[in-house]
Amino acid sequence: MASLSQELSVYSQAMNLRTQRHQLLASNIANADTPGYKARDFSFEKAMQNAMAGSNGGSIALATTSGTHLQGSGMSGAATLQYRTETQSAVDGNTVDMDVERSQISENAIQYQIVSQLISDTFKGMRTALSSTSS
Amino acid sequence: MSLFNVFQVSSSAMTAQSMRLNAVASNLANADSIVSADGKPYRAKQVVFEATPMGSDGDLSKGVRVRQVVEDASPARMVYDPKNAAADEKGYVAYSNVNVVEEMTNMISASRSYQTNVEVMNTAKTMMLRTLTIGQG
Repeated sequence: MASLSQELSVYSQAMNLRTQRHQLLASNIANADTPGYKARDFSFEKAMQNAMAGSNGGSIALATTSGTHLQGSGMSGAATLQYRTETQSAVDGNTVDMDVERSQISENAIQYQIVSQLISDTFKGMRTALSSTSS
Repeated sequence: MSLFNVFQVSSSAMTAQSMRLNAVASNLANADSIVSADGKPYRAKQVVFEATPMGSDGDLSKGVRVRQVVEDASPARMVYDPKNAAADEKGYVAYSNVNVVEEMTNMISASRSYQTNVEVMNTAKTMMLRTLTIGQG
């Protein structure tokens, strides 16, 4: 069963990161008219690699130097936020490009649905395997 | 479930945009006003947006709020009309400083931004509903 939980942990990590990215892109779109707001994003590929490297190393918990420190989950640490390079500068210092944000958010939503489909398929495979042995 | 933060962020943006639309409406309604409540010519009102942290994920999701409503500092529109009761000694009447064209573009921009945020909310809803179907069928 280790392989199933391992496989699912990859998917859930991907889903987590997709959710975080969706929040970030929604914030960018919400602040499309806010003066001085800088659009932010993170590279999903890099964040996923970081997360996988962390989980392979055994622990993704934050290092603590005292017993009174709180244990962070370390999940969101996988993604490093970066500012988007602007294509056209606005007078009010806002760097949100609506076209880019909208295409990215659509892409992100589709990728999220792909991951959820993959999880469903994994379960479906398990169920098929179980039903074939019981009959 | 941090996707709920998307709802908060988008709804804050929708509130902010509708306040902007409200300001546009009152500006356009008073485009030809001579005096406002304080006895001076009406001054166009503009909302100032500000990004504000929202939800449980701190830095990740930023919503919008209206920091303040400022009054347009540009001078009143002076129209020569000596017959008008509100005319000064030179025969000029001070009308409001509302720029109608500017307000119309503001209105279009606000309604488009509002629509986009509704769409973002719908996308988040689709994603969440999709998550609920995991393991079914």
